[in-house]
Amino acid sequence: MELLHRFAAGDPDAFESLFRRYQSDVYRWIVRIVRDPAAAEDLTVETFWRVHRAHETFHPDGNCVGWLRRIATNLALDHLRRQRPDVTLPDDIPAERQPDSAVQGETRVALRKAFAELPPRLRIVVQLRLVEDEPYKDIAESLGISLAAVKLRMFRGVRLLRKKLERGGVRP
Amino acid sequence: MRGNQSNQDTFDDLREELRGALSPLGRPELRRDLWPLMLRRLEKPPVGVPWFDWTLLALTGAALVFFPVLIPALLYHL
Repeated sequence: MELLHRFAAGDPDAFESLFRRYQSDVYRWIVRIVRDPAAAEDLTVETFWRVHRAHETFHPDGNCVGWLRRIATNLALDHLRRQRPDVTLPDDIPAERQPDSAVQGETRVALRKAFAELPPRLRIVVQLRLVEDEPYKDIAESLGISLAAVKLRMFRGVRLLRKKLERGGVRP
Repeated sequence: MRGNQSNQDTFDDLREELRGALSPLGRPELRRDLWPLMLRRLEKPPVGVPWFDWTLLALTGAALVFFPVLIPALLYHL
C-alpha cells in the first residue's frame, strides 16, 4: 500500500492519513480492554504517538493492523497494571440489561469485583475471549504470544476467577 | 478432544455470567475525531533529562566503578 510506504519514509501527511484511517479501529480495540472511553481515547493517541516515533522501523509490507494492535494492547495492559486492584470496572458504557432479581444483581457485583482483581495479563485474555468473543488468534497476535500461551492464560484466568467467586460464596 | 470440549462447555456457563456482569461492547464508536489531540501531542516538546540527573548518574556510576563493594549494598536496597 502506497500510504504505508510514504509513512515509513516519514511523510507527515501520510501519518495523518494513517491516523484518520485507523483511529477508530485502535480506539475500539483499546476500549474493549480498558472499558473506559476517556482512557481509551488517551491511549489511542499514545499508541499513534509511539507509531509516529517508530516509523523508521515500520515495515510497510507487514501487517499494519497487527502492529497497531500490538502497541495498543501493550499500552492498555500498562494502564490496567497502573489501576488499583480494588477498583471495580467502570460501568459508564451504555449496556442493554434486563431487570434482574436481587440475587442475580449480587452475583453480578461479585463477578465484576472478582474480575477486576484478576492479574491484568490474565484478565485481558478472559475479557477479549469470553466477553468480547475475539478469536484466540487475534488475541495471540495482539499480545505477541503463541496461541498455546493464550489458551493457557485463559485457563488460568478462568480457574482463578472461579476460585475468587467460590471464596466469596458465589457459584456461577 | 473430549477434554477441550469439556473446557469449552465449562467456559460457556461462565461466559454467560460474565456477559451479564460486563456487557460486551461489540463495536463501540469513537465519540470524536482524535486528530486535534494527536496534533497537540506531536507539538509537545520532548521531555528532557535535567543536567542534575545526568550528573547524579555519572557520580553513581563512578562510585560503583571505584568501589565495587557498594554494588551488593545497592542491590539490597533496590
